[in-house]
Formats: sequence, C-alpha cells, structure tokens
Amino acid sequence: LDSRLPLVIFLHALTPAAARDEFQEELVIRPLHSGDIYASFQFRTLWDTDFLQEGQKVSHYRLFPKSLGQVLSKFSVRELHISFSQGFWRTMQWGQPFIPSPPGAELWVWFHDTVSDVDGNWKELTNVLSGIFCASLNFIDLTNTVQPSASFKPLGLGNATDHRFLRYATLPREIVCTENLTPWKKLLPCGSKAGLAVLMKSEKLFHSSFHSQAVHIRPICQDEQCSSKAWELRQTLNVVFDLHTSGQGKKEWSLFKMFSRTLTEACPLASSSKVYVDITDNPELFELSPATPLLGQAVVLGDRRTYSVYDLSRAETFGQLRSFNLLLRDMLRPLLHAERYVAGFGLQTGEIHTVIYNNHPYRAFPVLLMDSVPWYLQLYIHTLTVTSKSRDNKPSYIHYQPAKDRHRPHLLEMLIQLPPHSMTEVTVQFERALLKWTEYTPDPNHGFYVGSSVVSALVPSMVAMRTNFTQDQPLFSSFVPVKEESSYFVRVYTEPLLVNLPTPDFSMPYNVICLTCTVVAVGYGSFYNLLTRTFQVDEPSPPLSKRLANLIRRIRGVPLLT
Amino acid sequence: MGLLSDPSRRKVLTGLLTRLNTPICIVCYLAGIVWFMGLAFEPFTLRTYMSENAMGSTMVLLRGAIMMLVCFCSGMPVEWLVKAMQSRGLEVFTQSFSRKLPFPDENKERYMVRGTNVYGILRAPRAPRTEALVISAPCSPGDSNNQAVGLLLALAQYFRNQVYWAKDIIFLVNEHDLMGTQAWLEAYHHTNITGMEYSPLQGRAGSIQAALSLELSSDVITSLDLILEGLNGQLPNLDLANLFYAFCQKLGVLCTIQGKLQRNDWDTAEGYTHAAQTMMLMVLKQACGRSWGDHGLFLRYHIEAASVRGINSFRHYKTDAATIGRLLEGMVRKLNNLLERLHQSYFFYLLPSLSRFVSIGCYMLAFGLLVVILLLRALDLWVHLGAPALAAPSGPGVLTVLTPVVISHLTGVALYLLPVHLQEMAVEHFPVSETEAVVLTAVAIYTAGLALPHNTQRLLSGEGTEQGWKVLKLTALLYLAVLLGCTALINFSLGFILAVTLVPITASMTPHMPKALSALVMVLLSPAFTVLYCVFIYQELIEAPVSVSEGWMLFLSVISQGILDHALYGSLVYPLLALFIYPCWLMFWNILFWS
Repeated sequence: LDSRLPLVIFLHALTPAAARDEFQEELVIRPLHSGDIYASFQFRTLWDTDFLQEGQKVSHYRLFPKSLGQVLSKFSVRELHISFSQGFWRTMQWGQPFIPSPPGAELWVWFHDTVSDVDGNWKELTNVLSGIFCASLNFIDLTNTVQPSASFKPLGLGNATDHRFLRYATLPREIVCTENLTPWKKLLPCGSKAGLAVLMKSEKLFHSSFHSQAVHIRPICQDEQCSSKAWELRQTLNVVFDLHTSGQGKKEWSLFKMFSRTLTEACPLASSSKVYVDITDNPELFELSPATPLLGQAVVLGDRRTYSVYDLSRAETFGQLRSFNLLLRDMLRPLLHAERYVAGFGLQTGEIHTVIYNNHPYRAFPVLLMDSVPWYLQLYIHTLTVTSKSRDNKPSYIHYQPAKDRHRPHLLEMLIQLPPHSMTEVTVQFERALLKWTEYTPDPNHGFYVGSSVVSALVPSMVAMRTNFTQDQPLFSSFVPVKEESSYFVRVYTEPLLVNLPTPDFSMPYNVICLTCTVVAVGYGSFYNLLTRTFQVDEPSPPLSKRLANLIRRIRGVPLLT
Repeated sequence: MGLLSDPSRRKVLTGLLTRLNTPICIVCYLAGIVWFMGLAFEPFTLRTYMSENAMGSTMVLLRGAIMMLVCFCSGMPVEWLVKAMQSRGLEVFTQSFSRKLPFPDENKERYMVRGTNVYGILRAPRAPRTEALVISAPCSPGDSNNQAVGLLLALAQYFRNQVYWAKDIIFLVNEHDLMGTQAWLEAYHHTNITGMEYSPLQGRAGSIQAALSLELSSDVITSLDLILEGLNGQLPNLDLANLFYAFCQKLGVLCTIQGKLQRNDWDTAEGYTHAAQTMMLMVLKQACGRSWGDHGLFLRYHIEAASVRGINSFRHYKTDAATIGRLLEGMVRKLNNLLERLHQSYFFYLLPSLSRFVSIGCYMLAFGLLVVILLLRALDLWVHLGAPALAAPSGPGVLTVLTPVVISHLTGVALYLLPVHLQEMAVEHFPVSETEAVVLTAVAIYTAGLALPHNTQRLLSGEGTEQGWKVLKLTALLYLAVLLGCTALINFSLGFILAVTLVPITASMTPHMPKALSALVMVLLSPAFTVLYCVFIYQELIEAPVSVSEGWMLFLSVISQGILDHALYGSLVYPLLALFIYPCWLMFWNILFWS
C-alpha cells in the first residue's frame, strides 16, 4: 500500500491536465423560403486524448460518452460518421442543410491503418452500434458495403488515402423513431435534463417534415500548431417543421409551438450554449421577441449570413425567449442539386437516371458522383452515358467495381465536370435479377430499395471564406474544414429508389399455377411423344425351341416353321 | 397414356374421335356459349371481397373536405392553376407537349395538338420520395368536365393540412384528356413509345403505386360510375373496385358499373338479363382494347388505376360534392395505408355487377371449349393425312402451303401500313377528307383481299391437290388456335368474341361445300363484320339503338379510332386484327376456293 500511494497522488495530479475536455451546445433556427422552419442542434464534445495511442488505455471518462469511447478504441476507429434520417431533404425548396444526410441510415467509418481484418472489425462494429443506437445496423453486411475511392475522404486529422480502410453503407429502408432518439440523447453530458436538449420532445420532433440525427467522431488538432490530437464528437439533430400544416396558415412561431417546451437553463457542463436565429433574408421584417443586441455573422455554405445570437449562459436571456414572429422572403436557388429516378416500364429492364443541376450562372465545377447499387439490379455498364447540354460529357475519372451476385454491390464513382448553368444527366441501364425464392423480403411487392447516390463537390463560393482555424466560430459553420477561400464543400444526396423486381405471386393461385403447369408439361410431353412417333405392330420373337427347330430345318433344306 | 401407346386401343380412340368429331365439336361450341352466358347468373358468381389486409381492416375516419368549386370557360388556365396549387402549399410543375396526329380525329376534332399539363406534388412528411399516388382530372374546354378540377383543388387543400401521409400525392390536371396523360406518363417514366414530343418533368415522387382519375360535370350527382377497362383490355386489381364499392356502401352513394345499377332480383328473368347485359358491356368494352378513361394508360406502367365518373340523371336523390370528397378522401387514405403494391386480389375478372365477379378460372373454360374445337378438327385432319390410303407418292410441296400463307400475310401488312401512308394520295384523287380516306382505304384493301385465291392460284403451278388443302387447313387451324389462345390470355374478351365468330366457319370449311353459300357465310362471319355486329350490340346495350346507316357511320369511326388508338397510345387491337387475324381468315378463304 505504501508503495502505491505516491502513484495514486501522481495520477490524480496528472489527470486534469492530460484529459482536458469541453462541451458546447448550439441551436440554429432558420426560416426557409418555402415557409417551413429549420431547426438544427449541434453538440460538440472535445477531448484532448488519444484512444489509439499504443499502450495507453483510456478508462476515465468525464464528458465523452464511455460507450462510444470504448468502441473507438476496441475497433481502432479513426473516424466514424453515422446518421439516421426520416424524410428527404428538399434541396430545391430548402437550400443546403448544414450537414447533409440521406434518407434512412448511413454509416461510414475510416479504420486505423494498423487494422488487419477490416471486414471483421466492420462487421463487429456495425453490430455493436446497432445495439448502442437501437437500429437495424446489423443488416449491414458485405452485400451492401462499398469502399468508395474518392467520395468519402476523412474529415478529420490525417490524410489517409488508402480506401481499403474505409467502409461505407446505407440502409435506405431504415425507419427512424423515438427508440433511436433516446439512446442518442443519452450520449449528451446533460442528457435531456438541461440545456438545449430539453427541447427534444419526441412527439414534436417526429411530427415534422424532416428529421435527421447524426453522430460524427473524428480526431482534430488541439490548437493551431496541431502539435497534438484531440477527439471531437459532434451530435447533430436537424428538424424541419411544416408551418403550413401546424401553423394553420399563420406565419408565427415560437419555441414553445415548435417543441412544446421553453428553455430554462443552459447545460451546466457546457462551456458555451447559444441560440442563433438566421435573420439574413429580411432583417427589418423580423420581429424577434425578446430582441437581442448580439448580432453574429458567419459564412456558411458560400453565403454570408447574419444571425441574432442568444447566449444561454447569461442569466438575462431567460424568462422572455418565447415567441418569434417571422416573415419570410425568397432565397437563392441552391447552386448544386441532384435527383434520381427509374425510367422504363415492365419487370425486365430499366434505366437509372441521375440528374445533377449546376445553377451557378458562370462557373463550371467538378463533382464526384458515387453510386452504390445492389447486385440484384444488374447494371449494363457499357450503356453508361453522361450528357450535359445534350452533348456527351466524358468523366475524367471512373472507378467501377462490378457486383458479385449475393456478395457485393456495384460501386460506381465518377468525376464529372458540370458546365455553368446546366443539367447533367447520367444514365445506366440495368436488368432486374430473378431472386431465389428465399431471398425475397416478406413484402416483395413493396419493391426493393436502392440507396441514395452521393454527389460531393467543391462549389464556388459567392463570398470569401475564412480558412484560418479558430475556435470561436459557430459550430454549424465549422464542420467541414475549409481549405481555400473561394469554394466550399457540399455533399448532396439524391432520393433512394424503390424498384420492383419480378416477383412470384406467393399465394394459393401461385401454387395452382405451378401445379397446372406441371400437369400441362407432363401432358404435352406425352402427347408430343405419341403424335410424332409412328407405331408398327411388331411380331413377337419365336421361342427358343422353334428357332432351334428352324435352324435344323434350314440345314436339312426343309421349309421353315412360321 | 398407356391407352394411346397401345396401337389397337389407339386406333379405336382415334376412330371414335374422327367418327364423332362433328357432334363433339357442335356440343363443345354450344357448351362454350352456354357456359359464357351462365357466367352472369348470380349463383355461379362469387361475391367480391377485400383481399388486401392493409385496406381491409384499418379504420379511416372521414372528416370531409371543404368544397371550393370553379368553372372554366375555355381552354386550360395554366397560370391560374399554378397559382392555385402553389397557394395550397404544393410543389407545382408544368409540362408542355405537342403531337401531330397521323390523320385528323373527327370525333374529337383535333389534328395538331399542343397542350400543357399542370401537376402539384404534396410531399409526405418524413417520407423519402419513394412512393406516390396520383389523382388526375382532365381539363377540357366546355362543360363536360368542369367540376373535376375544382374538386381536385379542394382535395389538395384539405390533404395538405393533414399529417398522416406516407406517400407523396401528385395532383395532375391534364389537357387533351388521354394525350395529356400519355405525355405525362411517358415523361415521368422517360420512355417514348408513341413519338410524342414533350418537355421533361422537373419534379418526381418515386414509383407510383395507384392512381384515380376524376370526371365530374356537375356539382351534384345522382350516382358514381366506376370505369376499369384500360388500354389493351388491361384491368386494375379487383381490390380497387372493392375499395370503391365499400366506400359507396359506407357513405350511401349510388354506384354503378357500365352505367348500370345493381339489381337484387337475380332469380327473375329481368334480373339475369340485367346482369348479362352489364357483363356483355364489359366484355365489349374490354375487347375493343381502348382506354375508357384517363386511368387506362397508367396500367401499362403497373400502376393500378380507375376512373370515377359522376353521373347526373333525373333521379330525385342527389349526392353533393362534399360526399364525393369524403369518398375520395377515404379511398386515397386507404391507398396511402398500402404497404405493398395492390397485388392480393384478381387482375383478370369480369363484373356482372359491382358486388359480384367472375374469376379467370371460370370464364376461361368457355373460351377453352371453343378453342378445343380447332384442336379436334386439327387432330381429325392429322389422322386423315396420316392414313396410308391417302398418302400420295410425293407429299404436297412446301410451296403449295407456303404461298397462300405468305400472300395472306402480305395482304395483312398492306392493310396495316397502307391506309395511313396512302392518305395523301387518296385525298388527291378522291373528294374525301383525310379521315375518310384512311378508313375507306382500309375497307378497300380488306375487300380486295377477297380476290386473293384467284391470284394465289395463278402463282402456283399445277392443280391444288386434295392433300394440299388439308395441310393448309391443318396449318391454319393450329395457327388460329395459337393466335386466339395468346389473345385470350392477355385480353379474354377479344379472344372470346373472335372465337365465337371464327371457330364455326374455320372448323367446317372445305373446298367441297357449295361455293356461293359458304362464301356468303364466311364473309358474314369475317373479322370486319364481327366489329360491325359489336357496334350494333353495344349501341343496343347502352340503350341507344342506331339505324343501319348510322351503324355504318359508327363502324367507320370505330375503325379510324382503332387506328388512332394504335398510333397515339399503342393499342394493339388494330395490328392484331390486320397482321394476324385477317390473314388467318384469308387462309380459310383460300381453302374454300381451292381448286
């Protein structure tokens, strides 16, 4: 005991310095030009520690959720992004979201390059995450996992380029509900007891046009010199409320109407807790109650926007923050936007059309298109065409990995240059495979899902972006690091597809048809046989005694017996 | 099979079949007709029932839409519609299309068609744009359909404020009835089967699960008529009809099919006649292969669709538009509840009334009894040809059989191609309009085909042998059986009607019959006359009988409509008749004049 005591004291003195952690929370409210209200929550936990360091086991957790930390160190995860969305982000009506996500569940993970069995780790990781988030992530297997070569670069520290350590999968069918929200809320240091998370009442959150929740974990720099690594956990939740349905035509909103809660305090563990209201579009028509003297500016997604800022860590904010009366104005068209559909009819072939719009008036820019198509749509890759302004547009980079039946999906990645103010159409024909009868889902006539395709691009910005790394910018504008002043990174997801495959009628008539066809086949065979054969009456061969007698008679030269 | 492979017993059996061939054929024919007529007798039919669980037991609370009806004076008010839909909170898009018809359509008075479709999409909250329902209303000038768009907008307004939608709902207002729908559907699925010019669609909503088309010309109605027959005789899933019937019962709205109310006195002669008439109307409508409402074009894309038409007669009891709104709300909500595409119930059926149906298993027997006659006759011929007595030293040359077959089919190709392509020449030389030119050319080519045997014989060297016509007849019988069988699988009504008229003549035709009389019978039972009879029967059944000259004019317009339907929407009845059925009939005509 004596010998151990100084060590304990030493450790105790060391811990606060070695694992400095910090928690920030933030809510952005933006009125959309369609008349809807976009509310985006972001919670960031920063921890100056390294899970992956050799020989050091992290076991003391304060703000960072232990369940995730253990997962990160066990599976040597370098970066993890998981999102659950219900509904489709309507880019044309709503503009760009702060952090995009496809309908259903999406998971992409960069593993550390020391991992030897990436597929095994991936399989185990999806099962563990499935438990943590109460989601069907265990349905991710090799048939829907791909390794994109260019579309999903690490967003955090380190420039890993070997896509062998990347795994990407989507589950377009995943339905998101309260049972996914509750574990997500539990990861927050204050849970839903205090701070902005108080507003997350599931009955209101799921009464909306769009709901998306995500967890992003990545290593980032601790400071500007980037001398040491820190881990960042971002939890985001995006909701779009339909003003038309629930507002009864009145364009009046308050926190209480949206969330049926008001804010009472900041999370005591948070170092910063802020509410931003986007007032860029027409500040003089806004009437915010209470008014705030704080105005902030941020450049986000290539647009300089003005925000009213409410700091929840100040006492005077509370008591009045109730009602926002907002009047709305038109917004710019999104510069990049994409959609997808299945063309053709019948159950044999079809064509996938992906349409990408560049609405920039004079700048062309390249985009990376990534398509992951399940094996049961057999792509005819020779029919791949890319046309812009009715002219052939040759992609400068194509990465195609063909599918293997029942093992691996198709992966198609292309770098396409979009001319200014244009519509680019990517088409590829496919044939619908006939599945084995056990491979059909319980509801085969619903159709089979094909996940969203992903368009990633550096879009030319209208205003100059800040590239220097500073701590004080709002969370919503700092997720994707900006590398150059003149452009910003955007990722657009298209809608998932629902494709009907040739499906037997799994019912009584199906059995009847099978039986009848068998009978017809047997009957036809026999009839055909009978009709085409000619019959001749054949004399039975004479018995042995008679043949012997004949033989003798032949020798004797006597007439034979008949 | 042992029975047949034993030579002696086989001989007995074939002997029996050849000896009793004619009586068996006659019995089969009569049994087929009687069976078919019996299908309308109520104890032989099944009561309709909802097969789809998602639509059956779920409760739908109907609240009713606030009505706002509008009338249009003329044309399509595109800008007004866009504004009206936008103000109701829909995503609105327009689509323009144009089409030059192969020849002027005199029924609808159009030739160069130019139009605009307007559609608004109600996005379902938290749905990923994978599934959609369509509600469409044709917008046409005049009073014929002026209330449907108003009802559509009222529904849109009411639906927009509800939160329970799981599928996007597309509200489509199409101009030029079927042509607008065709342009929209082709653009939605990015296909082009009919050479229509259209602008691409800007907004989509995934795969369409079901569609309803509204036709309403007054704000109060006495009954609602359900129209199911689509292009090429395709029918929507029976559950859609069941759904409509269930809601009509629930809301106490009178509902009809083929414009005929249901009667309860099936055991009286009138009751049976009524059911038989309703079924016959369905058979005739299905056989003609055209789309009887805007819904008919959706069926090609595997979208279950039906048209609902409001009928305002002199009956005292009226239903107001709010009730129709509630009925449609109920139907759309049930369709919204669907987990899978409608597939549980029947796709092939006949309806003697809305609550009774005949399934494919029952009615196919009537057709089977008719077609088996062709096979029996073929068997008979086969046995005769195989008999050693007749076996000539050298069988008939392939040419003897092939020449009439090829010439008949060439005549068919001429009948299919020439009317449309020669219209300009015909208009130059004769004082007729383009439409008349097309129809009369068709009639002329059809009649000219009757001179075929003469020409065939000139091509053939030498006499036609006894064995020659038998081989030709055997070929023709089997050909006709296959043709009718395939047709009936796709469109039972068409196959059955053709079988009723073609089977007796084809089964009995030989060169040894009295020429003049048989020729007359053959002509009277030829495909063209079948169409003519159908026109008269149809007019009789819808209680608008016509005189012979009116009937003739109708017959001509039916031909032009058939050609137009083929060119505009891809209906297959005209090519089937011209390219296959008519040449097949010509082959039998050839046999009659075999020398």
